[in-house]
Amino acid sequence: MTAVAELMDYDEVLERFDPVLGLEVHVELNTNTKMFCGCANVFGGEPNTNVCPTCLGMPGALPVVNGTAVESAIRIGLALNCEIAQWCRFARKNYFYPDMPKNFQTSQYDEPIAFNGHLDVLLDDGEVFRVDIERAHMEEDTGKSLHVGGATGRIHGAEHSLLDYNRAGVPLIEIVTKPLVGTGARAPEVARAYVSALRDLLRALGVSDVRMDQGSLRCDANVSLMPKGTEVFGTRTETKNVNSLRSVERAVRYEMTRHAAVLAGGGTIRQETRHFDESTGSTSSGRAKETAEDYRYFPEPDLVPIAPAREWVEQLAATLPELPWQRRQRIQAEWNLTDLELRDLVNADALDIVAATVDAGAPPAEARSWWVSYLSQKANATGTELTALPITPAQVAKVIALVAEGSLTNKLAREVVDGVLAGEGEPEQVVEQRGLKVVSDDSALLAAIDEALAAQPDVAEKIRGGKVAAAGAIVGAVMKATKGQADAKRVRELIISRCES
Amino acid sequence: MSDLIRQTAAELAAKIAAREVSSVEVTQAHLDRITAVDPAVHAFLHVDAEGALAAARKVDEDIAQGHVASPLAGVPLALKDVLTTQDMPTTCGSKMLEGWVPPYDATVTRRLREAGVIILGKTNMDEFAMGSSTENSAYGPTRNPWDLDRIPGGSGGGSSAALAAFEAPLAIGTDTGGSIRQPGAVTGTVGVKPTYGGVSRYGLVAFSSSLDQAGPCARTVLDAALLHEVIAGHDPLDSTSIDQPVPAVVAAARAGAAGDLSGVKVGVVREFRGEGYQPGVVAAFDTAVDQLRKLGAEVVEVSCPSFTLALPAYYLIAPSECSSNLARFDAMRYGLRVGEGDAALSAEQVMSLTREAGFGPEVKRRVILGTYALSAGYYDAYYGSAQKVRTLISRDFAAAYEQVDVLVAPTTPTTAFPIGERVGDPMQMYLADLCTIPSNLAGNAAMSVPCGLSEEDGLPVGFQIMAPALADDRMYRVAAAYEVARDAAAGGALIHRVPELEASAR
Ligand SMILES: [Zn+2]
Repeated sequence: MTAVAELMDYDEVLERFDPVLGLEVHVELNTNTKMFCGCANVFGGEPNTNVCPTCLGMPGALPVVNGTAVESAIRIGLALNCEIAQWCRFARKNYFYPDMPKNFQTSQYDEPIAFNGHLDVLLDDGEVFRVDIERAHMEEDTGKSLHVGGATGRIHGAEHSLLDYNRAGVPLIEIVTKPLVGTGARAPEVARAYVSALRDLLRALGVSDVRMDQGSLRCDANVSLMPKGTEVFGTRTETKNVNSLRSVERAVRYEMTRHAAVLAGGGTIRQETRHFDESTGSTSSGRAKETAEDYRYFPEPDLVPIAPAREWVEQLAATLPELPWQRRQRIQAEWNLTDLELRDLVNADALDIVAATVDAGAPPAEARSWWVSYLSQKANATGTELTALPITPAQVAKVIALVAEGSLTNKLAREVVDGVLAGEGEPEQVVEQRGLKVVSDDSALLAAIDEALAAQPDVAEKIRGGKVAAAGAIVGAVMKATKGQADAKRVRELIISRCES
Repeated sequence: MSDLIRQTAAELAAKIAAREVSSVEVTQAHLDRITAVDPAVHAFLHVDAEGALAAARKVDEDIAQGHVASPLAGVPLALKDVLTTQDMPTTCGSKMLEGWVPPYDATVTRRLREAGVIILGKTNMDEFAMGSSTENSAYGPTRNPWDLDRIPGGSGGGSSAALAAFEAPLAIGTDTGGSIRQPGAVTGTVGVKPTYGGVSRYGLVAFSSSLDQAGPCARTVLDAALLHEVIAGHDPLDSTSIDQPVPAVVAAARAGAAGDLSGVKVGVVREFRGEGYQPGVVAAFDTAVDQLRKLGAEVVEVSCPSFTLALPAYYLIAPSECSSNLARFDAMRYGLRVGEGDAALSAEQVMSLTREAGFGPEVKRRVILGTYALSAGYYDAYYGSAQKVRTLISRDFAAAYEQVDVLVAPTTPTTAFPIGERVGDPMQMYLADLCTIPSNLAGNAAMSVPCGLSEEDGLPVGFQIMAPALADDRMYRVAAAYEVARDAAAGGALIHRVPELEASAR
């Protein structure tokens, strides 16, 4: 596997093949406790501190289903336009692995709690792509292994392995799409946009932290190619370890170009899992899946079937929060945005943060302007996410308010924002420390105005004669004298009133 | 002092509560008995004399202050080694768990402690409850107190032998295919499999989750009922436990003891006699049925044709579940680990070597059988078909219970067989559970009460009474009435005809 894989030029891939995608997303729920026991469900923590007989798979211990997790699963299903099962069961997925305490995973097999749904995904150019959802089912997470020694960090070749079962039994929802065909060149973008839309949806539902970097949202991307003109799916690969939105897009694109090169060269694709490498943007060969693993599924006898009452499901449907696309529509109407303006906002991933700024009291236009232009530039310059900038919506709203009340000019406001970004404190502190406040003491201004008028008597005469436009020269002189800290509009008003009196 | 060991649990509890005798004295008497006879019987894998005496002292103190924890406070008990105990090893009769002390108590264990029942120790069993003779224990067989060369039944042979040897007046067993009732039958003791879900399985090391059920073992029907009410009831830690009131089995046992069964309809299962049934067993069974008639019961014959399919269905479902339940024994977190420290071995190799060394032949046989039955391509034919049989058996029971209140049958086709006789022939061994398995598959209640001795060999015969789910009280009423009539006819309790063990101890 050391040889660099041959890749086909992307445009050529699309001339010769149609891609087929299948996306499996695992979501860790943010319930207080684990799926089948009372242990705390928290990220991190000292290894093996959030464990009990049940999640350690101790002999005799039994699972009990977390009702909140079932509720979250149903809400996710409803938000994905799924049917909710009248009756469903858990099943045991049997396989041996050291980080799986019982050597079977309690999951759902042929009776998922939610099935047959769809999610409409907004692409960068505003086009909507409908992703059909096969199923969403409940299961438990495994523990974590750390393989020490050996070259690959995998179990094979390791000197010893450390096991942490804090994550074992954390509630997971696995959301599986139907095969996505007809994406063409946009397959990588669709994949990214789908995971992004799903993340926003789950966040709106409040059911998960959806942190890809911490693994609370994980995506496995299945990719296959079929030659143009055929309708038979090619052999797929399943790329794992794709833990950012950008990686989803890159991984799909990489696999498309790799598959195409192999197929065009007369080779065949091995059905396998592949690992995505963030640093190189490439994938490497993992576990072969040619002989389908036999998980010997059977209904979990330790748990009674789940039969959600229809009234409960209806009640959950009626109390779903505003979902992302509903929110987008509402915001577009309330803020009076064009389609293009809305799309820019969404593409800049700025909708939430602008909305939060508006909630903090800023007018939508100003809030949008600050985030989409000045702060986006700052984010790009430093290579950070907009939301990761060290400034809060409330701080931006405060700066906007200071401009509105005349305490800051737009130019000064940018300096204040720079100060906040530089860690100099709250906007007011920055204004204070940097001495940026607009001079609003009329007596100080009047002194400067009188001085300027005295220095340019001919101009003063013109103004007195009604040529108000001539005031510009005096304004300029006053601004120069006050080092730009005066409010030019106010200076102008004072000059005119001075000449009239 | 020695007569303390021959009394019933109800009698002992009354005397302890009345402070006529202390729990410490009763407990010590049983510990002494264990010391005297257990080298010959081998009912116990672990005896906790210190812990038992400490618990007894606590009960005595509480009673001195006017607090009686339960109707069995201060009475000693033998606990099957498949239920977890925080202060004692829990081995399940397997090398895999040799010396393993669980970090938690089973719900049954906790309820016993809360009721002031004194846990003497842990009893021997077939490895992971797989067997009908206790010969599959990794720690050597238990012997039947009626004849030390014969098996005490299984898998709970240790619990039943402890009762018959007067080492404990009460015991806990678990019944997956007959592991409480069949040992009860061959040792002349009472064994009850409550309705599935009636007693929590939390802390019961699983063999076959959809069949396993813990239950009371005793020498009298009333004692079993008293113990039943201590351990039964809903447990939020077991989602298959039934969230309904426990059937009033003690009241039913007391009512039954009045000896009147008029108005009760009893169905004799037609399928459970004929070839393979020892004549003395059939004769004792028929005599018991006559006895019920004399007590006023109406007896009819009932056919349950699917019951003949129960054994093969059981030997697909139970192994399938056990292949998954026993997967957790992988040397990673607890129990045996073979190959520790050998850097050349991978995790998979350590797992494999450990399972090879830690499991006995019967456990391996069933794990392999179950793994096969669940495999892709075989699932529908094996596991799937077995589940359909299970439905048919439930329907047979439902149809029968439309005609009768309880069903009766021999508990097991033969009396205790000699140790070693069936070890090489698993099919013969499996036949011991022929009559008990249907109740496990349907989840109904069932119990075995002694019904005399077989004329050929003088060994105890078991009379099985089955009742619908959650109607456990019905079978207690019938059993108690029968017990009184039986003892009156025989001029005393059957159990006192067990040979004197001290004389034969070797
Ligand atoms: Zn836990």
